[in-house]
Amino acid sequence: MSLHFTESHEWIRVDGDSATVGITDYAQDQLGDVVFVELPDTGKTVAKGGEIAVVESVKAASEVYAPVSGTVTDANTALDDDPALVNSAPESDGWFVKMTLSDKGELSALMDEAAYRDFVKDL
Amino acid sequence: MKLTDAEKLPLDKLHRSLGAKMVPFAGYAMPLQYEGIVAEHLWVREHAGLFDVSHMGQLEVSGANVAKALEALMPGDFIGLKEGRLRYTLLLDDNGGVLDDLIVTRRADHFYMVVNGATKKADMAHLTRRLPAGVTVEERADLALLALQGPEAEDVMARLGGELSTMTFMRGSEIRIKGSEIWMSRSGYTGEDGFEISLPAKKAEKLAKLLLADPSVKPIGLGARDSLRLEAGLPLYGHDLSPVSTPVEAGITFAISKRRKMEGGYPGDERIKAQIENGPKVRRVGLLLPGKRPVREGAPVFAGDRKTGVVTSGGFAPSVGAPIAMAYVAAEDAADDTALEVEVRGKRLAARVVPMPFVPHRYVR
Repeated sequence: MSLHFTESHEWIRVDGDSATVGITDYAQDQLGDVVFVELPDTGKTVAKGGEIAVVESVKAASEVYAPVSGTVTDANTALDDDPALVNSAPESDGWFVKMTLSDKGELSALMDEAAYRDFVKDL
Repeated sequence: MKLTDAEKLPLDKLHRSLGAKMVPFAGYAMPLQYEGIVAEHLWVREHAGLFDVSHMGQLEVSGANVAKALEALMPGDFIGLKEGRLRYTLLLDDNGGVLDDLIVTRRADHFYMVVNGATKKADMAHLTRRLPAGVTVEERADLALLALQGPEAEDVMARLGGELSTMTFMRGSEIRIKGSEIWMSRSGYTGEDGFEISLPAKKAEKLAKLLLADPSVKPIGLGARDSLRLEAGLPLYGHDLSPVSTPVEAGITFAISKRRKMEGGYPGDERIKAQIENGPKVRRVGLLLPGKRPVREGAPVFAGDRKTGVVTSGGFAPSVGAPIAMAYVAAEDAADDTALEVEVRGKRLAARVVPMPFVPHRYVR
């Protein structure tokens, strides 16, 4: 199991060939109250950096990008009823999608947790 | 614009010490939110919220026949406006398009006007150019402007010793609060009862702290100011109002005083008169959306396959518990209960035309 972060504030927790993706605590704090999340259909293939979801806060809509390439295997339907999970538990229950990875080599370009926490400190 | 280029409000230090998230707006660094937009929004609807709106322009216009001079630029009845009364009015271009919306108050020896922050420079230029010799306009950049809004605002002011018994909605006067003379009016931009307070910038922090010390009062940012005014059906200049639209299309014909409707004599009067008589081709309407997905400014609106208009502001309405929007649509699609669709990221969302305000006004008249 390994945890990686993007500069656009997604996290990806990898377990073998599959992974869970969400947005970071920093991202949810910047967005403010989340009121709606548009999730992708299961089976959708995504390229690294491509749009994987849309998160709507009271003030604005923001895209969520795929940290790596792969195929969506599950979406967190709990967010349909309770989008505020993204605010209260962004890096656990407020996850967005599960996906399989098509190229694990892409992970090496992402930040580890220490590097990411350092990265947001300077923003 | 970078935040570092933005001017500081008189209460900048206080906002930061209260944990505000600051954003650039209208050329100023302004508090977007403190604890969160939804919490702040709901607090104002139940208690009282303090807003720093010192970015707005505070102007004083004076001189010979000043009321008549103002009537040449705006469609309000200023000749008949009594001292200490406020009037919502519009600065119009020669085509009847809206250059700004503002509040004009008659004071003993001048008219006091509060204009939008983003337009105040253009307003000053327009007024300076168009007002006759002998009438002068001065921007009071030395003043701060605070708003206290919500059902408990009256109690809060009373606890500070404010004498409010004669101050009903859209009236204002000088008032003594803790030994200081300040200008206060019963007005605001939330749909709630409340007050707007004009005072020297250097005294603003002291009063803000006094107000915030009351357990009914919390600081409220721009985010909740926007969601509150949207629910109240109040248009926001630069979004729901612009030179493209006339007051009739914008559904704010009430800003044209009765005498002025009959007599004319304001910019764009013929076009506006014709629209009042024959109806405009487009109208500003309120839209209510089932579900949770908000629609935003710029989203196209459809009646069946036909594009009928565009959303000019929209968002999730915390007190309604649903997404709401304002849109301009073709007049034939503007009737209450008309079923329309709004396109968001290639998807059509159902929307229904509803009367505004979305949340009833609670003004004390």
